[in-house]
Amino acid sequence: MAVTTETRAGTGPAGAPLRGRKLPMYAMPGFAVAAVLLTLLLWATTGFAGRAGFVVFAVLLFGALQTGVSFAVEGRRQAVNRLFTTLVIIAFLLAATPLVLIIWYTIKEGIGAISGTFLTHSMFRINPEQPGGGIYHAIVGTLIQSALATVIAAPLGVLASIYLVEYGGGRRFARTVSFFVDVMTGVPSIVAGLFIYAFWILALGFQKSGFAGSLALLILMLPVIIRSSEEMLKLVPNELREASYALGVPKWRTILRVVLPTAIGGIVTGIMLGVARIMGETAPLLLLVGINQKIEFNPFAGMTEQVPQESLPTFIFEQFQLAVGNTESEPFKRAWGAALVLIIIIGVLSAVARLIARFARVRG
Amino acid sequence: MSEQPTLGAATTPSVGGGPPVAGDISGASVRRGDRVFRGLSVGAAAAVLVIMAAIAVFLIFRSIPALRANTVNFFTFQQWLPDESPVQFGIAALLFYTLVTGILAMIIAVPVALGVALFINFYAPRRASAPLGYSIDLLAAVPSIVYGLWGFAFLAPHLTGLTLWLDKWFGWIPFFDYQLDNKPNNLTVFTAGIILAIMILPIISSISREVFRQVPRDQVEAALALGATRWEMIRTSVLPFGKAGVVSASILGFGRALGETLAVTIVLSNVYQISWHFTQTGGVTFASNIALKYGEAGTIGTGALIASGLCLFIITLGVNFSAQMIITRQRKGA
Repeated sequence: MAVTTETRAGTGPAGAPLRGRKLPMYAMPGFAVAAVLLTLLLWATTGFAGRAGFVVFAVLLFGALQTGVSFAVEGRRQAVNRLFTTLVIIAFLLAATPLVLIIWYTIKEGIGAISGTFLTHSMFRINPEQPGGGIYHAIVGTLIQSALATVIAAPLGVLASIYLVEYGGGRRFARTVSFFVDVMTGVPSIVAGLFIYAFWILALGFQKSGFAGSLALLILMLPVIIRSSEEMLKLVPNELREASYALGVPKWRTILRVVLPTAIGGIVTGIMLGVARIMGETAPLLLLVGINQKIEFNPFAGMTEQVPQESLPTFIFEQFQLAVGNTESEPFKRAWGAALVLIIIIGVLSAVARLIARFARVRG
Repeated sequence: MSEQPTLGAATTPSVGGGPPVAGDISGASVRRGDRVFRGLSVGAAAAVLVIMAAIAVFLIFRSIPALRANTVNFFTFQQWLPDESPVQFGIAALLFYTLVTGILAMIIAVPVALGVALFINFYAPRRASAPLGYSIDLLAAVPSIVYGLWGFAFLAPHLTGLTLWLDKWFGWIPFFDYQLDNKPNNLTVFTAGIILAIMILPIISSISREVFRQVPRDQVEAALALGATRWEMIRTSVLPFGKAGVVSASILGFGRALGETLAVTIVLSNVYQISWHFTQTGGVTFASNIALKYGEAGTIGTGALIASGLCLFIITLGVNFSAQMIITRQRKGA
């Protein structure tokens, strides 16, 4: 009888141990190795086959092993915790996999198509079924159309955000605008394209042109710019404004010379991210920008008689349609080459935007 | 927000950021400058409302003639024959497939995005969390058309095994029942749903991440101090706090999926017939129908496409409205 009481050293008031039993550090890698080995064994001995199935089965086995053993040794709470840790990590890997796969596959398929000729020539007088030709005309079109959209959307967006932050001050109108900016972010790109089609082409009677595409892009870009520059303006400390007012500087000059210069880095970043977002938009351009094999620098070409500008996303879609499902054909290769160039342009833009954001934080 | 100081006649020597401008600033010109600048910024803000209103007005205006000419029920007819006579077109199939692909994308994307957001905020090493977040956001930078190409050339061929496996073991569920004799080409609703899921994942995860970052630090630490495991901490303090944010993020992602065009256009094979066999060739959405038919559409055909675009606009508007409402209510409650 007396023997049992001696073991009470190091336990809690109710006799429960203060520290629960824990699995050793090497348990997790051990389970992983065991799961892979077991799956290998199963794949070797039975009819199961396939790489994807292997991974899925091994992961399931690992989860089951780990949770089961943990439940037996550490109890329910730790087992649940470990199970969810595994699930969360699997979710992250699941999300990262397509990213890696898409970028890897685009590079793999696109790198072969890219050459000096590809980047500096148009498709003029090229039989699309034959090798040759390039995307220079499409790059030119995309850059000009995005630039045109930016030139209109950036001042408009920044002004609107100035209203929201500096003048709106919780007024009903400001709240309404703010609400609709959020709603506008969700307008599908094809609907923006249809709207410009109904407005610019059907109602006003113009023909397809690079500029019509820019108009649709501008609708998609505007809410992004307003939101981001609004965030930036909000970060400008109020003391700066008050100091400026105290010196007798009128409000509009305060905004132009004090508030905007303080926030300009972040605003530029927001604008560039907006550009990056619209550059890959295809749907509205499909409706509004025509097909052209030649280099055309004028975004207004096509409004009356000439042939409108080409753009990279529509070029990719055209080549895809020309390929009629044959992934080995020349148009399909060209589509991948153009896709890689488009991704690189967008990637560079985003990277530069982030760099600007890093070096030009709102001071104050 | 600080109020504008009263600028009477006393504002003479004004010291701006630049050169002395004492001479040219009188009370009147200050007021004029302010009025002009204020007017410009109000105008820019109003442009947002004008554009939204114009979208609605022009789409409605342009779709009326086509809807008048239509001889069948716009909402229940499945085929799309606006340029034939009699004029027959309806959005039943478009609506069905748009919603099905969107819901499928949500079912796949929401749990994964939630996991990603939790991983980045609470599991990943602190120094790695920002770069990991950026890298998932990169998915949002990939253009829709590239997703389409990838889905067509890479994903679809790789899904053949899965389609047959689902048919073998889950064929009793009509969704997975593959009845055709030929090898599946996977240009299907199922594949479109997966691609859309990948596309909306960064939106859902980045908003959720922001929401989780705002969870009060003291609640998290209190839970851990009481001996909660990491998962118990997330369940008791993070998830209740972030619920509204995650729900509205998911709805926003759903709205994005509904309007996604090129990826779906390339992957779906344009069949105007409602079918519950999601792994069989078929499907057409509002957006893909517009992208494929605009070229050959005549006057009525264009009007019909605009009418379908109007439906898409109204649906996404409703979806985004509800998401914004949830966010606003959450903000007020907090």
